[in-house]
Amino acid sequence: MRLFRRQALPGFGLTLGLVLSWLTLIVLLPMAALVLKSASIGPQEFWAAATSPRALAAYRVTFGSAALAGLVNLVFGTLLAWVLVRYRFPGRAVVDALVDLPFALPTAVAGITLTALYAGNGPLGRWIEAAGWKVAYTPSGIVVALIFVSLPFIVRSVQPVLEALEADIEEAAATLGAGRLTVLRKVILPALWPAILAGFALAFARAIGEYGSVIFIAGNMPMVSEIAPLLIVAKRDLRDYGGASAIAVVMLVASFTALLAINLVQLWLVRRRSAKAGR
Amino acid sequence: MRPAARAPALRDPWWLAAPLVVVALAFVALFLLLPLVAVFGYAFEKGWDVFVAAITEPDAQAAIRLTLLVAAISVPANLVFGVAAAWLVTRFEFRGKGLLVSLIDLPFAVSPVIAGLVYVLLFGLHGWLGGWLAEHDIRIIFAVPGIVLATVFVTFPMVARELIPLMQAQGDEEEQAARTLGASGFSMFWRVTLPKIGWGLLYGVILCNARAMGEFGAVSVVSGHIRGLTNTMPLHVEILYNEYQSTAAFAVAALLALLALFTLLLKRLIGWRIERTVPANAPSGEPT
Repeated sequence: MRLFRRQALPGFGLTLGLVLSWLTLIVLLPMAALVLKSASIGPQEFWAAATSPRALAAYRVTFGSAALAGLVNLVFGTLLAWVLVRYRFPGRAVVDALVDLPFALPTAVAGITLTALYAGNGPLGRWIEAAGWKVAYTPSGIVVALIFVSLPFIVRSVQPVLEALEADIEEAAATLGAGRLTVLRKVILPALWPAILAGFALAFARAIGEYGSVIFIAGNMPMVSEIAPLLIVAKRDLRDYGGASAIAVVMLVASFTALLAINLVQLWLVRRRSAKAGR
Repeated sequence: MRPAARAPALRDPWWLAAPLVVVALAFVALFLLLPLVAVFGYAFEKGWDVFVAAITEPDAQAAIRLTLLVAAISVPANLVFGVAAAWLVTRFEFRGKGLLVSLIDLPFAVSPVIAGLVYVLLFGLHGWLGGWLAEHDIRIIFAVPGIVLATVFVTFPMVARELIPLMQAQGDEEEQAARTLGASGFSMFWRVTLPKIGWGLLYGVILCNARAMGEFGAVSVVSGHIRGLTNTMPLHVEILYNEYQSTAAFAVAALLALLALFTLLLKRLIGWRIERTVPANAPSGEPT
């Protein structure tokens, strides 16, 4: 029963005006300046800057390392979410809080620390180099930094879905004699896939733009271990603003595409699941 | 180690649970715990005195002051924007709302380096407004205003993002009641809404503050790295590290790591408070 008549709350005009003007000033105008700049150099020069061999190598390094780090986190992040939700062990609350560390720790701090740990004279690097491998100042270092930066996205995306997963279907499957592996494959994973993919997309979008944690450990050799954001900075330092904008536009299109693609896949997965359930 | 309370059929046997926990913990130890411990280890490698000297020398002090100043401007700006955006999105229906929410989230999909670059293109000497600014002797790029703008950009959605789901879940019954009883718009907001969203707001502000103080990429593009003038703490860390003053770099980094730990602790405490302000059976996203 409602004791009072529902009415419009105040503040629509005020908040709309405030939000739109702040959004325009801080985000939309500057982004428009970027698009205009990249358009002002003409299609030929844009294409030349965006597809120069050095730029192509930088995209390969950036997207490749981001995808690899995302895959590592897809496995270990999902495992971590599973362990945090399903098991109770001493220190669980601390581990749960620690997962957010990469969100809270400034990227430059992560960068110099990982470099010191993985450099040839560092506590981890010493062992790795004794085994005949190098991480610091190579593309592998980029992957290590990106694993650190993007881990929380997958864990925090999977965790709530796992918590909300109804026990009854799982229980029914087990009662009907399905083994743990079958339950995992047929019941749990299908329910988790949309969340895992969403986490992967967020992690990937974040990783391809990452700068602070990567530049210290990467070695930054053009064509080998130079990431695209660093190439943007290098072009800016040379006052090649047109070239910097062209690469920036390519990177923006890439992260929007990644987010959009995953949205579509998620939608498709959810639809397919509900279609199956409806049968 | 014991499994969470679940139906017996779903309880994993210990020989399955134990290795999974061990692998997960090893991953956390290697990728999260070790770097965190290492920051402090390297910072105090040469003792307390060297640490204190590194964080009290004039350039470090200037960097700390600038970082505090930038956060003191950009966090309140995002707080006001975040509350306004959350009120707009959760209390009114209007065309283009979905688009507006996507635009608010946009800065999260943009590389920090690009966030810095857009302001250079707009306000830099060779930028669209550069000539006009130079004529009027206004410096934005390679100066504090540029650093503030870049920081506001990268933290743009943070407060709104925390508030929107919370206010959606809380609904607007109390505000409706306050209005019916004759409260003015201001007193409704001050006495009803603000207490309701207080903890969520604080949560967003703390996350926003951590990012504002720690931002590196965007700030590095607009700062110009002028010692004592436009160097924030993360940029100061970079300069020291590149000059092979590793212990001093880690000393300043340790201050930032302390801030991160403090943020995680507060986040956890406030997270528990928020869970209590939203009743478990609250309808999520009540239509307004």
